Amino acid sequence: MSQRLTAPPRARLSYTRLQQRFAPYVFISPFFLLFLIFGLFPLLFSLFLAFHLWSPLDGLGHWKFVGFENFTLALGAQDMFWKTLKNTLWIGLLSGIPQHLVALPLAFIIHQSLRRFQGAFSTVLFLPYITNAVAIAIVFATLYSERLGILNYLRGLIGLDPVRWLGDPSMVPYSVAAVVFWRFVGWNTVLYLSGLQAISEDVYEAATVDGANQVQKFWFITLPLLRPMMFYAFTLTIVGSMQLFEEPFMLLNDGGGSGGAGLTTAMHIFNTAFRDLDMGYASAMSWLLFLAIFVMSMLNNALFSRGGERQ
Amino acid sequence: MKKSAAFALVTALLLGSAQAQEKVTLTVAAFPSLDSAIKAIMPAWTKLHPNVTINLQAQQFADHHNAMTTALATGQGLPDVMAIEVGYVGKFAEGQGLEDLNKAPYSAAQYKKLLTGFTVAQATSADGRFIAMPTDIGPGTFFYRKDVLDKAGVNPLSMQSSWESYITAGKKIKQKTGAYLVNTAASVNNIVIRTNLKPGEGIYFDKNNTLLVGPDNARFVRAFTLSKQVREAGLDAKIGEWTNEWYDAFKKGTVATQFSGAWLQGALQNWMAPDTKGLWRVQNLPEKGFASWGGSFYAIPSKAKNKQWAWEFIKFMTVNQQSQITAFEDNGAFPALLTAQKDKVFSEPVDFLGGQKARILWRDAATKTQPIDVNKYDSVAEQILQTELTNVLEQGKDIKQALADARAQIQRRAR
Repeated sequence: MSQRLTAPPRARLSYTRLQQRFAPYVFISPFFLLFLIFGLFPLLFSLFLAFHLWSPLDGLGHWKFVGFENFTLALGAQDMFWKTLKNTLWIGLLSGIPQHLVALPLAFIIHQSLRRFQGAFSTVLFLPYITNAVAIAIVFATLYSERLGILNYLRGLIGLDPVRWLGDPSMVPYSVAAVVFWRFVGWNTVLYLSGLQAISEDVYEAATVDGANQVQKFWFITLPLLRPMMFYAFTLTIVGSMQLFEEPFMLLNDGGGSGGAGLTTAMHIFNTAFRDLDMGYASAMSWLLFLAIFVMSMLNNALFSRGGERQ
Repeated sequence: MKKSAAFALVTALLLGSAQAQEKVTLTVAAFPSLDSAIKAIMPAWTKLHPNVTINLQAQQFADHHNAMTTALATGQGLPDVMAIEVGYVGKFAEGQGLEDLNKAPYSAAQYKKLLTGFTVAQATSADGRFIAMPTDIGPGTFFYRKDVLDKAGVNPLSMQSSWESYITAGKKIKQKTGAYLVNTAASVNNIVIRTNLKPGEGIYFDKNNTLLVGPDNARFVRAFTLSKQVREAGLDAKIGEWTNEWYDAFKKGTVATQFSGAWLQGALQNWMAPDTKGLWRVQNLPEKGFASWGGSFYAIPSKAKNKQWAWEFIKFMTVNQQSQITAFEDNGAFPALLTAQKDKVFSEPVDFLGGQKARILWRDAATKTQPIDVNKYDSVAEQILQTELTNVLEQGKDIKQALADARAQIQRRAR
């Protein structure tokens, strides 16, 4: 009797059983291991650092607890954090709104009239998105060059004074936004194109039968049915704009150009962490930036769902 | 029989010598163009120490310093010898990850008097640790285009006597030749705040960590005022350093003067504007100001594996006269070693500067340069001050107000 009782557990521990039970976990473990090391750990570590004063040169363990000091420092009225947040929002608006105003009609036109070339268009439109940021920055820095650039050369041809595209603080946000716009307008167009393809042809046919013209079709069919894709694209633009780093960093160097007019929050965080070696303050600002992105995404969400109720 | 005996003997000898001289690989992390100097000196080192192989790990300037910061934070992946540029040496000195070379077995005190004085101070932390040996320095100097000044009928010495006469001469140059005085008005600010410091003062903080920036500090008020005068008189070309416009201005002579380290001569000659050979001259900075402009150091991380050889290598790079001269001839790295500065190459004329004996002038400038105290919040202060200067130059902000705002902002960050 006792023998029969102990036998089954021994069988359960056999190699085959073990393999069957644990093999799936072993197979999916690489993701979780990588996530733990490169995802979760930095996240928690930066939360820890946000409440400490720490220079990496002091080595691990030499941190000093300062409570909420890093947060109150960043939220102080005079702090650079606000200025960089303002820069980021302004460049985000300048590049984000035109992106969608151009991408949406463009996608509609390609979808409606140029369907034969859709593949080719998608490829061309997608190219800026996958181009290396360093290459983009070099090309645009050459275009923007005050005395040697083609933009000012063209202005000269029609008798206009040269503009200090990357030197005049009031001009810098526009110059950076133009590059960001150029880079992401195609990406949004491709997003909208795929959204348009999901809309049934029947609806358009019915509208044609009812005598609707192109504008009416766009306004009353395409736009409402494209709402989920618009929500998605808007969210991506908000998140991307708030984290803007590569383009201004490559165009303007780490200082953010003349007077720091192109210094985005992400660049300021990078400088604070790796140039000023103030890891705690940089971590606190990262979490504040996260909070700002979260709030704006929620606003976007509310805006879209409220519009839905009205309909 | 004879042959095999000889073979056995040779084998025994080889084995013996291999045991006597243990093979060592020394990791040296550096940035351009210091890596070029190391490569140039390496043959001499290998001849002296054939058993010590140098593994040179060179990265771009910012990448190198970021990598070293991370390595010091975690104590992982540290080289045996770490090169540090002057912009980082203050921060690295305040950290705890580098060997104090004052202590045994290094006892670097005996070598300090062999080196240019102000660089030793740069590598010394506030609590007196000496964390790196200086290898090259950048004496501050005043470059000018002789052809442009001649055309305008301006005597370069008159530009040297005071900042006011520098600006007056600039107006004449602009009027007669159309050339700008300086690349950007901010350059004038950057040199004025670096010169004529009192002992114990850094640029932004003094040695007691007291913030010096503010509307009551004459040095900053004067620097901002002079920059504004240059801008208002239309004398600056409004172009940043290390841009295509900057190189173009050097090539075409559209900017008449440039303040920089002595190393700029090498850069102009090698790649920026080689065709302007013979058109440039140098003199000391206005108002007998002396300033250091660049410089490099070697340090030993506390967790390095081969500290003994690392120190031998550093001594070979820094206090060996021939190495210092090789580096100078290779890429113009101005020796920190005083005896190397007495070498005959220093009294030779510089062809690029129209045969001027400029190196003697730079050597004198280096000996007259006073130590500048560094602070770990220098980079914070610099960024905030530059932003406020732009507000003054571009938006007409009141100078006293700008300096008061800068003071308030820096004070919050420097904790």
